[in-house]
Amino acid sequence: MSISLFMSISLATYPSIGHQTKANKERQSEKPPLDLSSFLPHLLDLFSLLHSTMGLWFVRSRLAHHLGQKMASLGALQRRSWPSVSFLQLWNPLPSELVGGFSSNPINRWSDQRFASVKAESAAPVDDRCRYQVMDFPGGKVMFIPEMRFLAESPGERISCYRVLDDDGQTISGSSFQEVSKEIALKMYGDMVTLQVMDTIFYEAQRQGRISFYVTSIGEEAINVASAAALTIDDIVFPQYREPGVLLWRGFTLQEFANQCFGNKSDYGKGRQMPIHYGSNRLNYFTVSSPIATQIPHAVGAAYSLKMDKKHACAVTYFGDGGTSEGDFHAALNFAAVMEVPVIFFCRNNGWAISTPTTEQFRSDGAVIRGQAYGLRSIRVDGNDALAVYSAVHEAREMAIRESRPILVEALTYRVGHHSTSDDSTKYRPVDEIEHWRTARDPVSRYRKWIERNGWWCDDAESELRSNVRKELLHAIQAAEKMDKPPLAELFTDVYDQVPSNLHEQERLLRETIKQHPGDYPPEVPV
Amino acid sequence: MALRGLGRRISIGKRCFSSASEVEKPPRDGKPINLFSAINQALHIALETDPRAYVFGEDVGFGGVFRCTTGLTDRFGRNRVFNTPLCEQGIAGFAIGLAAMGNRAIAEIQFADYIYPAFDQIVNEAAKFRYRSGNQFNCGGLTIRSPYGAVGHGGHYHSQSPEAFFCHVPGLKVVIPRSPQQAKGLLLACIRDPNPVVFFEPKWLYRLAVEEVPEHDYMLPLSQAEVTRQGSDITLVGWGAQLSVLEHACDEAAKDGISCELIDLRTLIPWDKETVEASVRKTGRLLVSHEAPVTGGFGAEISASIAECCFLRHGLQLEAPVARICGLDTPFPLVYEPFYMPTKNKVLDAIKTTVNY
Repeated sequence: MSISLFMSISLATYPSIGHQTKANKERQSEKPPLDLSSFLPHLLDLFSLLHSTMGLWFVRSRLAHHLGQKMASLGALQRRSWPSVSFLQLWNPLPSELVGGFSSNPINRWSDQRFASVKAESAAPVDDRCRYQVMDFPGGKVMFIPEMRFLAESPGERISCYRVLDDDGQTISGSSFQEVSKEIALKMYGDMVTLQVMDTIFYEAQRQGRISFYVTSIGEEAINVASAAALTIDDIVFPQYREPGVLLWRGFTLQEFANQCFGNKSDYGKGRQMPIHYGSNRLNYFTVSSPIATQIPHAVGAAYSLKMDKKHACAVTYFGDGGTSEGDFHAALNFAAVMEVPVIFFCRNNGWAISTPTTEQFRSDGAVIRGQAYGLRSIRVDGNDALAVYSAVHEAREMAIRESRPILVEALTYRVGHHSTSDDSTKYRPVDEIEHWRTARDPVSRYRKWIERNGWWCDDAESELRSNVRKELLHAIQAAEKMDKPPLAELFTDVYDQVPSNLHEQERLLRETIKQHPGDYPPEVPV
Repeated sequence: MALRGLGRRISIGKRCFSSASEVEKPPRDGKPINLFSAINQALHIALETDPRAYVFGEDVGFGGVFRCTTGLTDRFGRNRVFNTPLCEQGIAGFAIGLAAMGNRAIAEIQFADYIYPAFDQIVNEAAKFRYRSGNQFNCGGLTIRSPYGAVGHGGHYHSQSPEAFFCHVPGLKVVIPRSPQQAKGLLLACIRDPNPVVFFEPKWLYRLAVEEVPEHDYMLPLSQAEVTRQGSDITLVGWGAQLSVLEHACDEAAKDGISCELIDLRTLIPWDKETVEASVRKTGRLLVSHEAPVTGGFGAEISASIAECCFLRHGLQLEAPVARICGLDTPFPLVYEPFYMPTKNKVLDAIKTTVNY
């Protein structure tokens, strides 16, 4: 399978620049997949042709840069609306960094993709290498040039986004993707629906005061489930907190979810953490911790261990767009590149870090662009397209393990729910923007259309599934609610492998106090 | 001069460290080596005895800026002993992930002064890893080594003693050795302890402290203080390089007829309160001394704990307020270092004041 050269130029609305999302009508213009091999015979000709016009190019590019800046000020819509490139425009021998402008240089579009072709090599024209002096410098040869050219702050064209299913759930013609069996396809759908039902009911349970806190994954069901489906159970997951679907896919039961949210004695975390801080040793899913991005470097360390043990597995870590601003993100990408470890960095770019939009989070073109700066292979994928997420992660995993290298996946999506139950996102973003993503861009119904079209799914199956999950979950919640809390003794265990003397002493004192003032303490915790 | 004095002191004073009352493994066939060589021996043994042990950090590949990792790359290869990018939070985060997979991750932070970028990883991640998962996961194989403390010319950023920050964190162990023999045994114990440990090495002693160190593999117990000198009038508690200063003060005090009991705390958390308490019950007086600033230093915790348990309880009592001779509450100053430091005479004066209270 080669997903590498597929190109789809979707003019999808995306809220990272400006907020025109709901205003924009979607337009799509798909290109058939391009095959590098069919191009190669043309390359030499193109080299000479374009080299002879290089001076012109440079002048043009400065003009274009100027124009580009003006255009940029007109907003994101214009930038996204640049006409799709023609076949010829796709190849330009100028290294992208030599051109300081916006979209005048289509190679940006190309070079983003060339990593996907494993053999991709230097783009510097042979002639230039003869004309200019070249210095050996750590990292490779560097060419001296007489012109003073600053690297542009942006590659111009935004990095395109891999997609398989269009908004109607039809596979885009010519798209290449990983085949999914009926069985896997239906389990994916079942888990996405389960995640939706879970979110609805747990959210309600929090509103009723039965659990203290909850975080939904609405809008990111495809990311959750499809990425998990593309992994194996031996792959080690270091989650943020909006990926319970990964755990669901791996076999965490609704009862196990409920036990954690209620912090009862069957919660593996022994009631010590807030709801949604799931973890499972059995399922290779490290326990969620609240701080943002701290898990990313852990995944690199774990991947190093997998590499040393020669395991056929990788580490996978999830985080959001906000997480990419944390130092741990940068540290982890750099470490992973330097140490050449099999790890997948999965960025859920959902547009919002609580109330902070991506425009106030970073100036780069999302997260994907940063992979290259650190020496990572990267891909941007439509996070609301389950098949695209599945295919991208499947391929990323293959490359990560086979070549022992880190891969960055950025999935474009939208946090349809509030940040958490402590948040009201309508205070800082328009309701119709949320509505647009909840309905027109819903990843679950888009994927449903695809399985229906395959004849694998129908309305009856749908209502049966939803009703079964609902019943099972309500039962799980009742059972979890009735169960005792973990005993008091567990307050003091697991700080260290053994309870040290100061904690023994503190436990003794606490028990004396409880005897004196039993009414001060929650009765559901067995003393 | 002062440096050489300290070095000699440890050399000469080695008998104190292996007094007959100590049942820990006494030196056998030991050769006199300095502290960095003792650390180096411990790392060799750690890597030799456990194929899942890794040593890494900034510049460790060529032997480290203090030579503690000399020869390890040649012996064990670049997969097990390697440089990392210059990023402390990355080192700590990477180390946690490595340890969480069942490895012994021995990470070096080049100076304790530079450990703060890794603070979140150490405090929020390593320390809570076991607890928050209900013991489903742990990063107990993690040991973070870092040189700490004054060195005579280190100024703000090559002199700090940040141990107290980490002593406030349940889930961590903090260990500081006073001599080569101790360093080797304690470091091996830390590496093999199933909990994350921050191991601060007194950089002043790397070259100056020379002591006979057994060549074999041995460990010294964690969370056990050591009474290095028996006495009856006052108890002195310290750790790391400060032990030498306290030894000097004890000798001087003895000339005035004051009998000091000296305790090396060795493990700061979880600390051995029983040993200190038993000593104070005997002497009735306590002096705590460390290089870190006095306010909020770990000496404050010891003082408060001993005041709680020894003030007029069980028929025994403190006969004087607890004395603290520590660093000043200033950033660590370059030119003023001799003024900042908790020197022998500051300690000696406090011993006399406390005994004569």
